[in-house]
Amino acid sequence: MISFAPSEEQQLIIDTVRRYATDRLRPAAYDADETRTIPPDIVARGWDLGLLPSAIPEQYGGFGESHQALTGALAAEELAYGDLAMALHLMTPNLFAIPVLHCGTEEQKAKWLPRMVEGGFAPYTAALIEPRWSSDPHTMHTVAEREGNMYEISGHKALVPLAADAQAFLVYARDGDSTQAFIIERGTEGLAVLERESYMGIRALPTYELRLDDVRVPVSCRLGGEQGSDLELLLNYSRVALAALAVGVARGAFEYARDYAKQREAFGKPIAQNQAIAFMLAEMAIEIDAARLMMYEAAWHLDKGHNATQTAVLAKAYADEMALVVTDRAVQILGGHGYIREHPVERWLRNGRGFHTFLGLAMV
Amino acid sequence: MIDFEIPTPIKRQVQFITMLGEQVMRPVARYYDEHETERPWDYINLIWPTVRDRGGRSFSVDDTRGSVDKDGKPRPRIGYLMLAHTVEALSWGDAGLYLCTPGGALGGAAVDATGTPEQKERFLKRFGEGEPKWAAMAMTEPHAGSDTAAIRTTARLSEDGKEWILNGEKIFVTGGLMAARESPGFVVVWATVDPSAGRAGMKPFVVESGTPGMTVAKLEHKHGIRASDTAAIVLSDCRIPYDNILGSAEVAKGDDAGHKGFKGAMRTFDATRPLVAASALGIARAALEFTASYLKDRGVKVRYGIAPHLQTAMERDLIQMEMQHRAAWLLVLKAVTKMDAGEDNALEASMSKVKAGQVATFVSQKAVELLGPEGYSCKLLVEKWMRDARINDIYEGTGQINRLIVARRLLGYSSRELR
Repeated sequence: MISFAPSEEQQLIIDTVRRYATDRLRPAAYDADETRTIPPDIVARGWDLGLLPSAIPEQYGGFGESHQALTGALAAEELAYGDLAMALHLMTPNLFAIPVLHCGTEEQKAKWLPRMVEGGFAPYTAALIEPRWSSDPHTMHTVAEREGNMYEISGHKALVPLAADAQAFLVYARDGDSTQAFIIERGTEGLAVLERESYMGIRALPTYELRLDDVRVPVSCRLGGEQGSDLELLLNYSRVALAALAVGVARGAFEYARDYAKQREAFGKPIAQNQAIAFMLAEMAIEIDAARLMMYEAAWHLDKGHNATQTAVLAKAYADEMALVVTDRAVQILGGHGYIREHPVERWLRNGRGFHTFLGLAMV
Repeated sequence: MIDFEIPTPIKRQVQFITMLGEQVMRPVARYYDEHETERPWDYINLIWPTVRDRGGRSFSVDDTRGSVDKDGKPRPRIGYLMLAHTVEALSWGDAGLYLCTPGGALGGAAVDATGTPEQKERFLKRFGEGEPKWAAMAMTEPHAGSDTAAIRTTARLSEDGKEWILNGEKIFVTGGLMAARESPGFVVVWATVDPSAGRAGMKPFVVESGTPGMTVAKLEHKHGIRASDTAAIVLSDCRIPYDNILGSAEVAKGDDAGHKGFKGAMRTFDATRPLVAASALGIARAALEFTASYLKDRGVKVRYGIAPHLQTAMERDLIQMEMQHRAAWLLVLKAVTKMDAGEDNALEASMSKVKAGQVATFVSQKAVELLGPEGYSCKLLVEKWMRDARINDIYEGTGQINRLIVARRLLGYSSRELR
């Protein structure tokens, strides 16, 4: 029966993560963006929320019953409401764990999942995006060639979060006609983490370019073994995650602009009492709500095991556009003040602009 | 629990109406668009028994009230959810014909929202028996559209206090001809009992079809939805029984008076706005599905998930249309499920109306563009859908008035604080 209200358990998760986002992430977000660092205790506290372990079944060391994209998405919205860069940092291990959980062989799951969830926050990551304007998960320039029992992988990756500290990487490469993922451990010969990158937004998140020069790994490192992995399924987990994060960023921007507009006076009354401002706020709220419902729907299809590509693509495309429009309007409502870094809205606009590019940078 | 499963009875109803749309409505859609003065009696006579058997509320909203499942647990109410799907599917068939559906329509909704139990029985019973009939709602006047508080139609008591005497002019009454003259229906006329009291003085009155003093003065010629009549109604010393005032005749006083006097109309809108949004999206879906399948047959197919630089302009447009449509429809579903749950849905109702009005306009106009000369041609229904869709951003509150309502709710402002 159709319903848009989270379950009691989900509401509890929302409330808990929201409190963490409001009390911890928000106050630290400005400095993190300026200094491009995230305080380790914030990450440790975030890990204590238990979001990833609760998505991993007990047999692999977690305490979850089953992985639910919807629950992950609800948490992601709240994290991004706090700060997008820190949200992405906290969710980086998902980029490794979720694909292993859904597409990994029994052996791969038993090897990797327990060590990821049993201790504290451990940086595992993935490399999908490539440093080209036409970066496309379906036509990777990074190539994996099979030679006997080994794969030889060469290519160039970008936007690999936490690569400098990562213990293992999931690297996506062209393998024959399809894109496949390969587990590559830190220190493997030919794998080089390059300089830290610098982007317009998500500046607190350390991301790196990665070079692979004839990196040789055994065939057992191919995710899913002989069967391989389902790229579209993994992309759908990413699409839902990004749609949820976009909603979180936009909601933050909307609330800030709304509160500002009620306080800021011009011509003897709050600017929110002008239709020009009020209508912008009304449209922002409508777009956020619509994007959230589409994100819910895509996550629901994923969790039901339906083919979710169409709804996930639409939800992400909608959220990408919505996040840009809403954060941009928020800057406009603050006027000159919106352009000054003391107010967070310009940071949210810089972060919001990235969603078109982020496919593969988050997963729930 | 977040869930997108549509209940089976609703799926079945949509299937049935889709068949009706394909076999009965679509084949005559163009005819009634081109013959504005004729009424679609073939459709009316076919649909009437279905409406009548459901108590005349064009598929009743109270179907599930108080019913229990086999374990004795109360079933969730799905009346408005059902109604939204029904209206959407009928409008997919043809919006002009849908608006001709006999039954209570907006007039019935007003009685339902503001009448006493005795009045509901007296005025609504007719829709469950006999020949097809209609009710209409008359709010707008030549000088007062969105500014409903500025209406000038008056209602004064006769000297013996037994009758109301109505005087004024109403325009843009959807289905006014059918309700006021062509069937034994009625018109709900909003009039003021005290022009100095503003909104608090505004009251709804039921004027029976054929009452002396009520005349259909003019039928409009419209951009779209031509199968449905839009009437101007003149009330000239029109006398109706005292008991035909809906709700109380008392004019509330004090700070909150305006809200109290006006509450009935607003409560009606909470119910009807998501349904107008649903109608808008039925037309938009017709345009979207037709355009996508027409183009697919000619080799233009949407590839979901393809990289942006490989997408064609057509694919981008079709994806844009589809996602906008879906977004608006989910807002409608949210508004009606809140209505069914008995929660205040004024915010969601207006949000869905804003979005759906805009989306239906965008999608149907884009469909005409994508199909080139074929889209513009009267050979196909696409150009008609564009004209039909356009009203949805205007009636039952323009997009602007609904934005204002949304903004007031979001900001916690009264209508005085945010004008």
